[in-house]
Amino acid sequence: MSEEHHIVPWKNYAINFCVITVLMFLTVWVADQDYGVMNLPIALIIAIMKTLCIVLFFMNVKYSSHLTWVFAGAGFFWFLIMIGFIIVDFTEFGGMYTNSLPGSQSAIGVP
Amino acid sequence: MTSVTMGPAEPVIPHHFETKPQHNECNILGMWLFLAQEIMFFGGLFTAYAVYRFKYPDAWEAGSAELNRAIGTGNTIVLLVSSLTMALSVYFAQTDQFKKLVASFSLTMVFGAIFLIVKAFEYHEKYTHGLIPGAWWDPIHPPEIDDPSKMQLFFIMYFIMTGMHAFHMVIGLIIAAVMMIMMLKRKFGPNKYMPVEMFGFYWHFVDIVWVFLFPMVYLI
Repeated sequence: MSEEHHIVPWKNYAINFCVITVLMFLTVWVADQDYGVMNLPIALIIAIMKTLCIVLFFMNVKYSSHLTWVFAGAGFFWFLIMIGFIIVDFTEFGGMYTNSLPGSQSAIGVP
Repeated sequence: MTSVTMGPAEPVIPHHFETKPQHNECNILGMWLFLAQEIMFFGGLFTAYAVYRFKYPDAWEAGSAELNRAIGTGNTIVLLVSSLTMALSVYFAQTDQFKKLVASFSLTMVFGAIFLIVKAFEYHEKYTHGLIPGAWWDPIHPPEIDDPSKMQLFFIMYFIMTGMHAFHMVIGLIIAAVMMIMMLKRKFGPNKYMPVEMFGFYWHFVDIVWVFLFPMVYLI
């Protein structure tokens, strides 16, 4: 089923911590810059990079079997499906829910 | 490695497993399944947050400006350091270094507790600024936006998300305290380090949640 468990040298953990800390300060620096609508996507990309560092090196997924990679990726994949469909639903049909409030012209149930 | 001083002298393999690596991998896969449902749980909260942020950008910006960025940054560093000491704990258990294991695991708990204490002070600050949604809602600096009441929605999401994160940390600290007692009884070692590593998975996951919470809540 799998090979012998890999013992990661402590220096790898220390280097990984330094990389994550630098990325954290980069997040704070980027937040002070004015990139318009791109500010949030940039912050999220840096957060994803930090997550990869934690998952691959602190949680040792890099040294794990391919089956572990599938299990680790499954949760994040399901989350992407969920947020993807909800955002599509909201952007396409969000107005229907807003306009169905009392006092406004409803788009639901109106022929 | 010379002589084993911590944990069982030989690897303990339950009867339904053939080898220790097989046993270890089952632990890891089971833990990842548990974390998958945790991802979906926090994912739902993040999705709700994203939808409302898209809907009320002005209220979200005004609400975020009320948060203390320096405290948020400091707490992020504290949590990252606790993740490092947690990862080192696994290494020390694997390499049979008892004193370093206890020290490293203790530091993980201390940093976790510091995070929660700082969070409590932060919540109290929000209370004194009248930023608790509901009956106590009375901001001392009302935002200059079209509908100031929408800022309540930001703080509802803020308290639910950071509150659930803090709740996970409290659960983590309780489990860590039990593990510390077992550690002092030398229950863990090179032949039994999986409980330490699995707790580490949980702790790192809580760190990952904060990695996304910090920029989305404090820095937008």
